[in-house]
Amino acid sequence: MPEQVAPQQDSRETISIYAMGFIFLVVLPLLNVLPSDDSWLHLSDFRLNQFGKFLAFGILALGLDLIWGYCGVLSLGQGVFFGFGAYCMGMYLALQIGKESVYGSDLPDFMVWNQFKELPLFWYPFKTFIGGLLGGILVPVIFATVFGFLAFRSRIKGVYFAIITQALAFAAWLVFNRNDTKLGGTNGLTDFKQLVGFRLADPSTQRGLYILTVLALAASYLLCRWIVASRAGKVLIAVRDSESRVTFSGYTPWNYKLFVFVVAAGLAGLSGMLYVPQVGIITPAMVGVLPSLEVVIWVAVGGRGTLIGAILGAVAVNYGRSLLTNYFPEAWPFILGGLFVIVVTVFPDGLVGMMRRFFGGGQAADLTMQKAPGER
Amino acid sequence: MRLRPSCWQCLVRPCSLGIEGGNELGRHYEKTLMRRVLCALAIVLPVLLPIGFAPGVVLAEDQPLEPALATPLDQALVDLQSEDAAVRDKAVAILIEQGDASLIPKLDDIRVVAGRAVRQAIKPVVDLLKNRANLSSDLPDFRRSAASDLAMTGRREAIPYLELAAAKEQVWWVKYAMEESAYFLGLAAEDHSIRLAAVKKLGELRSANSLPALKELVEAGNQAEATEQQKTLAAAAAVAVDQIESWSWWANIIETIFRGISLSSILLIMSLGLAVVFGLMGVINMAHGELMMVGAYATFVTQQAFIDWFSPDVFDWYFPVSLPIAFIAAAGSGWLLEATIIRFLYGRLLETLLATWGVSLILMQAARVYFGDLTAVIAPQALRGGAQVMVGVYLPYNRIFIILLSIICVVGIYYILFGSNLGMRVRAVTQNRNMSACLGIPTRKVDSYTFAFASGLAGIAGWALTMVGNVDPGLGQNYIVDSFMVVVTGGVGKLAGTIWASLGIGGLNKIIEPVTGAVYGKVFILIGVIMFLQWRPSGLFAAKGRSADA
Amino acid sequence: MTEEGLILKCENVTVDYDGFKALNSCNFSVHYNELRVVIGPNGAGKTTLLDVICGKTKPSAGKVTFGHNIELLGKNAEDITKLGVGRKFQAPSIYGNLSVWQNLDLSLKRASKGVFPTLVGRSSPAERERISEALETIGLTAQAHTRAGSLSHGQKQWLEIGMVILQDPSLLLVDEPVAGMSDKETEQTGRLLQSLSEKHAIVVIEHDMDFVRQIARIVTVLAEGTVICEGTVEKVQGDEHVREIYLGRAKVAH
Repeated sequence: MPEQVAPQQDSRETISIYAMGFIFLVVLPLLNVLPSDDSWLHLSDFRLNQFGKFLAFGILALGLDLIWGYCGVLSLGQGVFFGFGAYCMGMYLALQIGKESVYGSDLPDFMVWNQFKELPLFWYPFKTFIGGLLGGILVPVIFATVFGFLAFRSRIKGVYFAIITQALAFAAWLVFNRNDTKLGGTNGLTDFKQLVGFRLADPSTQRGLYILTVLALAASYLLCRWIVASRAGKVLIAVRDSESRVTFSGYTPWNYKLFVFVVAAGLAGLSGMLYVPQVGIITPAMVGVLPSLEVVIWVAVGGRGTLIGAILGAVAVNYGRSLLTNYFPEAWPFILGGLFVIVVTVFPDGLVGMMRRFFGGGQAADLTMQKAPGER
Repeated sequence: MRLRPSCWQCLVRPCSLGIEGGNELGRHYEKTLMRRVLCALAIVLPVLLPIGFAPGVVLAEDQPLEPALATPLDQALVDLQSEDAAVRDKAVAILIEQGDASLIPKLDDIRVVAGRAVRQAIKPVVDLLKNRANLSSDLPDFRRSAASDLAMTGRREAIPYLELAAAKEQVWWVKYAMEESAYFLGLAAEDHSIRLAAVKKLGELRSANSLPALKELVEAGNQAEATEQQKTLAAAAAVAVDQIESWSWWANIIETIFRGISLSSILLIMSLGLAVVFGLMGVINMAHGELMMVGAYATFVTQQAFIDWFSPDVFDWYFPVSLPIAFIAAAGSGWLLEATIIRFLYGRLLETLLATWGVSLILMQAARVYFGDLTAVIAPQALRGGAQVMVGVYLPYNRIFIILLSIICVVGIYYILFGSNLGMRVRAVTQNRNMSACLGIPTRKVDSYTFAFASGLAGIAGWALTMVGNVDPGLGQNYIVDSFMVVVTGGVGKLAGTIWASLGIGGLNKIIEPVTGAVYGKVFILIGVIMFLQWRPSGLFAAKGRSADA
Repeated sequence: MTEEGLILKCENVTVDYDGFKALNSCNFSVHYNELRVVIGPNGAGKTTLLDVICGKTKPSAGKVTFGHNIELLGKNAEDITKLGVGRKFQAPSIYGNLSVWQNLDLSLKRASKGVFPTLVGRSSPAERERISEALETIGLTAQAHTRAGSLSHGQKQWLEIGMVILQDPSLLLVDEPVAGMSDKETEQTGRLLQSLSEKHAIVVIEHDMDFVRQIARIVTVLAEGTVICEGTVEKVQGDEHVREIYLGRAKVAH
């Protein structure tokens, strides 16, 4: 293919992605199943489940990387789309609890608690698994289409878009917190028992969900890679580099932004759907401003503008957090804040950029957002 | 008889802010002095001179001598603890009739050890005695809230006190509250003519607080088995309800406007610093909220220092003293932030957003670890309470103070930017950095001064915000999203945009809020801002011309 | 293309920046296959004129007609581009993080530039051929797979010209193509523009009078937002009014 800037970089990424796939899809599950419980090689069910969560976050990060890393549009509202997906799946799971609930009613516990007589209408589609699945993708996609259409069409750009999406995250957090939204208020949805007949408490179910997450992540990666490799992917980078030139080449930049925003929202929804059954709870705390910003830091730490970096960043940052919060619970915000500052000022290419520099070969692609002409 | 709680809370609030009613006697002279000083301070503010203060005037007021205890009272105090309900009631009656505020400590002592029934018996006694004493307090706010509290007790014994106090009262709105409470209690009288007169009087007074009670009377009269007396009462009550409702409709509008302006000024005072760094330096400072928090904590620390080191008499002076401290603390933090991080990121807006967000997380967690979650600043006397401008319209002093402060800050910034040498340099650097450097303007210094100054503005905002809310690590986060909406809506070109946008968003918020509730109000504001940006993508006042598009 | 008549006609165009009239009822027209040079002192409104034609700036009054009675005002930039107006900016405006080839590939004129055709589309052999030709024309064949951001200033200018050529515009707007170029590069650029003018109408804004003399047939002088003189280089240089304007400001014309 003559279009490649630096083919050797691409092949390296392919090798690393195979390696990662092998580790996550084969090695970790085997370490979980084969060694005896007390062997040092043994990976506990808890850890495997945790990795499942991190990999679900990887899908979320891929979406943000697509829109921010490639297209240069910083969305601080990814948590909202993640929340939509997660709540859709959560509603399905909550309805699957059935009579096992604390109050023994068909209604979810919080509804009994809030003295609902019957199921609110918008809960009905989530009685079936298909409903939950479709809702988890379609709700974020449709919402992103409408929001993105309004925002991009009026040429809300750059930092303005970031602020608007942040306000979106803030507003969504407020709304999800309300009891009259009928989604469980501050406590969210929890206490799930089963997913299409499989008991969630069962380690084998969790193992299955883990495998499913890895496969979904692989599929998402391939989708993103296909987009990035296509000419449209080049248009995305072109929009980031010089939006006005794109216009004068006959493309309509906001169409591309909308497209990639919607794809990112769909991926976030998928990520949320995989998150809920593995973690067992979804609350408004996962929807707000801070979780949305954390996604940005995963991508920045991994290396924006590289798909593998997004996944790497999501897993690395979350793994680091799970290790640290055990020992120094109060230190995490300091570390997270410090990461923001250091990554932005010192390592703009993130882990992937560092590795490239370390292993040498090919010029390190300058994937940081360059100063646009005329920008102060 | 049901009372609308929100209304009463509103009237009672000044009391709950006070430390203790009885201890505040004789400090209102100091309060007016204080208010004058705050105004003067506000005028000096734009010049930002560190202000030295003369030590506060110490006003000592002799405590009234305790009267010797009479035997019937002592006996009643003993009877009060009796097992027999009838004996207790008699004791209560004696205590109310003959007792005064000096009994309160004794009653409190009894309450601590007594059983539930006795505690219930004591409560109205304490309420009546305390509020009765407060009726002759030197502070109008205390007299007023005492009158309101007496209405809440529902004890008709209070009517004569209220009438007596009202006859002597000079301040109209305190007198109003006393009369209102007296007639309100009169509603429950046994004598029909007194009740009828009370209903009519309440209507004439436009008493919003008695509206639910009057409505009950109307309902009672409309029932089939209503007596003739009930019917006449109902007819009178219906007239009164009409009078009150049409009056309160207007009062509501005026209060909504005031609340809108008040919120706008809070938004404005926070957005000013943001607008300065965004508009002039091209930096999105997500840590602006936390710089406000620094200012607020500086105020808090100053207050604690006054508590620890100085006499309570000069306590209120902590507030003016903490202004320069808050300014310097926030400006210093801002200066440090600029020198260590932001100066490497000029020209990269999104990067400044992310890096400063990181800083804000660190500052927030630092405050949480060091100060804990809940700390509050006690407002100085001068800013407690409020002005009753007309029946049903009550304007709290702390809100008026923030409105004035925001106006002063705007004038100050305009003066500094457009009237001073420094401002000219700042604008020159903004327009053409290289040319400015050639002309000998130290651009690096101008950058760091501008940033420090904007951070200092955040400090002042934090200082002022201690008057309307708690000081907690989330202080900045609560407002930052709103103030960014203001900056975005206003456009980055001109400060006028920020002013209009904060007026618009603040006003709209308070208009929508009563209809939809606070949460959906915020959602509607967001939708409104997005729709507005459809029409004007770069805000109200966009920069036009060659350099316009970035 | 040997059509007769005007490809572009601007009538009474006025652009107002907060009271400053960057263009003041400016009349300007260009024939098919013409190479027109626009000169004028700083702030004369040259770049604004191009901005108006390509849809970047909306004028407050006036009329811009393109080709056979197509009104350009009110159309957005990408539609104007599709109609066949190409724009090369003053500061090289290219996609720094894409290769030279990708830069050209994106600019190539295609039936549709919507999201989905672009997502699934592959370059046909004929399109590759065209890109290779363009690389040849702008002399960047050897750098085809280099990151465009690492090209030299002159190469970036050429790349942008190449990108505009591949859009196959009937009218090319070129803003100061030789600023910052060496003499040799300037001369090459001049030859490039002249050869292009055989197939396209071109409007060039330039300050460098040697370069203007090299390429220009007809020169338009703009000052304070209006056309004050139009004609051959000799005629313009002899014009009293023009001398006045320039000599009052700077010695550009010698």
